[in-house]
Amino acid sequence: MKRVILAVGFIGLTLIGCSSDDDSTSEVVIDDSIESSAVIENYADLVLANYQAAMVDAEALKVAIDLFVATPTEDNFNAAKEAWLTSRESYGPSEAFRFANGPIDTGDTEEIEGYLNSWPLDEAYIDYVEGDVDAGIINNLADFPTLTKEGLTGENGIGGEENVAIGYHAIEFLLWGQDLTAPSENLAGQRTYTDFVDGGTAANQDRRRAYLAIVADLLTDHLQIIIDEWSGDYRTTFLALDEDEALDNMISSIAELSRSELAIERMAVALQNQDQEDEHSCFSDNTDRDIRLNLAGIVNVYTGVYGSVNGNSLQDLIEEADADLAAELDALLATAVTDVDATLDPFDLAIVDGESSVEGAKVQTAVQALVAFGDKLLEAKVALDID
Amino acid sequence: MNRISITILCLLVIMVTSCGKDEVIVPLMAEEGEELSGGTTSSSNFSAEAFGFASPDLTFDERVTFGVGNSLFNQSWVTAPASTTARDGLGPFFNARNCSGCHFKDGRGRPPEYDGEFSSGLLLRLGLLQTTENGENIGDPIYGTQFQDNSILSVDKEGTIIITYTPLIESYADGTEISLQVPEYSFTGLSYGGLSAATRISPRVANQMIGLGLLDAIPEATLLSYADPNDADGDGISGKTNMVYDVETGTRVIGRFGWKANQPNIKQQVAAAFSGDLGITSSLFPNENCPDPLDCDDYPNGGTPEIPDDNLENVTFYAASLSVPERRDVDDQNVLEGKELFVSIDCAKCHIPKLETGAYEIEALAHQTIRPYTDMLLHDMGDGLADGLPDFDANGNEWRTPPLWGIGLIETVNGHTNLLHDGRARNIEEAILWHGGEALASKEKFKKLSIEERNKIIQFLNTL
Repeated sequence: MKRVILAVGFIGLTLIGCSSDDDSTSEVVIDDSIESSAVIENYADLVLANYQAAMVDAEALKVAIDLFVATPTEDNFNAAKEAWLTSRESYGPSEAFRFANGPIDTGDTEEIEGYLNSWPLDEAYIDYVEGDVDAGIINNLADFPTLTKEGLTGENGIGGEENVAIGYHAIEFLLWGQDLTAPSENLAGQRTYTDFVDGGTAANQDRRRAYLAIVADLLTDHLQIIIDEWSGDYRTTFLALDEDEALDNMISSIAELSRSELAIERMAVALQNQDQEDEHSCFSDNTDRDIRLNLAGIVNVYTGVYGSVNGNSLQDLIEEADADLAAELDALLATAVTDVDATLDPFDLAIVDGESSVEGAKVQTAVQALVAFGDKLLEAKVALDID
Repeated sequence: MNRISITILCLLVIMVTSCGKDEVIVPLMAEEGEELSGGTTSSSNFSAEAFGFASPDLTFDERVTFGVGNSLFNQSWVTAPASTTARDGLGPFFNARNCSGCHFKDGRGRPPEYDGEFSSGLLLRLGLLQTTENGENIGDPIYGTQFQDNSILSVDKEGTIIITYTPLIESYADGTEISLQVPEYSFTGLSYGGLSAATRISPRVANQMIGLGLLDAIPEATLLSYADPNDADGDGISGKTNMVYDVETGTRVIGRFGWKANQPNIKQQVAAAFSGDLGITSSLFPNENCPDPLDCDDYPNGGTPEIPDDNLENVTFYAASLSVPERRDVDDQNVLEGKELFVSIDCAKCHIPKLETGAYEIEALAHQTIRPYTDMLLHDMGDGLADGLPDFDANGNEWRTPPLWGIGLIETVNGHTNLLHDGRARNIEEAILWHGGEALASKEKFKKLSIEERNKIIQFLNTL
């Protein structure tokens, strides 16, 4: 269809030179109505508001970590862990802006998503693990004599996608450590704060403190890059996109998150493998929140509501085009929220006995609900004539 | 809206014809559906993840299998014995700890940037000019058929690969000079003795993983229809199939995968990579690779086989069903002119633009119109690119026409633009200028084009 429109544009140009009958240009403007642009602008506002909220929490995390690094007590350690959990609450919904050909994972800033949220993470790339006390960049003084922001950023993803050096999950691993307990014990990773105290447990405590401070600092650096894009250059680019393309990006991205990334990669695979290493926040046992927050992000984009942002939405647009489809989508999304909320906390305990167990079956039901919503949402592209 | 646009178009056409033909500029038009490189299984995400999406129409169960395969593809294998029993058995000798080490984000590897850089995505095959009764190459007496540049902690690694480059100047008809780089391979720190003087080295870069199932689904008859092994039509271009050994059936069949089409199907390609690159045994390749004086039975392994059949099938399914990204800017006039030039200098005689898939076990990939820009056949590419190491029916000068789909997104996904089997070409232009043998005539025509025309071809290729 885009081709047809372009062709119209071309012929329009040749016409100007040979005819005064240029009524046609005003007819070409017939479009999806003004509401599309309002939906698109509301999305841009929503995205920025969410990243700004994530920034507030990431800055609080940095303050908590800096305090712990300066004074490594158990209280400060626990406060840092609390701050990490809080930071995930605002970052989690923002994953709905991935897969949208936007700055978080596309263009000049495409690497930022990996810098912030790479997982799964090979623990031994960063620090000691059970069975190898010398593992990781922290304990490798020969190759990494000094730890710097640039150095650690450069190591992220080198030699394999699981070689994660920085981001939320690197911080998570440093704060919680490997989760070596059985899921039935309902315990997260049991790293002790003395790993960060000179003369305490493990080796190279000073480097572990330095590492932790650097990755906390990088988190705010990288979030700021995305905020700058959504309040500046990329916002301009996005609002100038062909409306169909902008809507397509919005719909495709939450459909992809719902039906593939969240349902399959983050839930079904873990259930299939019955392996807590396949869960998103496996060190802190916070995966149940990750899942709920990703879905909350999908709901935010679909309904156009986040904090004080509340404008025209995809939901409104679809309802206008096809009320039956909108009703179906509303029902499917409500079911997905109910089914996801019904899954057990912690997630590793939910999956450990597989699909046939009571808790595993609830995960499977939630997976199917997320897939059903994502699949149906793709039909909206046809209804909106942007396929 | 679609209908409205078409109506307006018709109206405009009528108006245009009524007002002076001379002034009508007829723009080049893309073909219907030309942007759908992988047919209806194409994906439309152009981020750094562009090569990592499942084909959109897989069934629910297939998507779960894809996800499990994806997890296995990314996960690091560890030294046995380990608590993670599903992931142990790495090595003892290996080139990478996981598939994604070399196929980062399902994309393309490159030569190491410095001596000893681990897992950049280039490996060296080794072989004598001798074959087994199945037609497989016999490797170096010590290091076997592949040099592994890393090992588990308890074993000395085989050694370090050294690559040196010397410049080679190519000149365009307009006088512009381009400096290509010619690689040369040697080794340092060999732990188990020198390589045989008779051993030949064939470097191979890890390829992007997209669309493999679609290529697998092209009917044999289609491949044979493009084959012209004795150049019967006299156009200087042959094209032949590689008949390779199928380990599961014990027969020789048409090869499709690998730089010389030396693997018959995706499963065997995956199993061979697990064996050669990671040191992970499977039912297809049950033996560890060990340099001659060592006995790999002396080292702990991760079970027999180390990757069970169900997981091998999961990775195989994953590899088969990665989606091909749609093209960008197919309507751009420069791109369309670049495509015309590409065809006019006979590039499309081997890089066949459009093919149809046939029946296939993954229903979503069957009967698709795809645009891979390959004939999947072997061609003599000249002495400049030759590795001198035959591989089944491929002689030392022959390589399979690589598909060009995805070529313009390699930089986005992998942060480099290196091309060809050993990554020697630093960009598309250099890769074109390395074409020799059957492709020499096309290269010479390319060199006679103006810089604007050459840039249009490259611009076109970057939309693939």
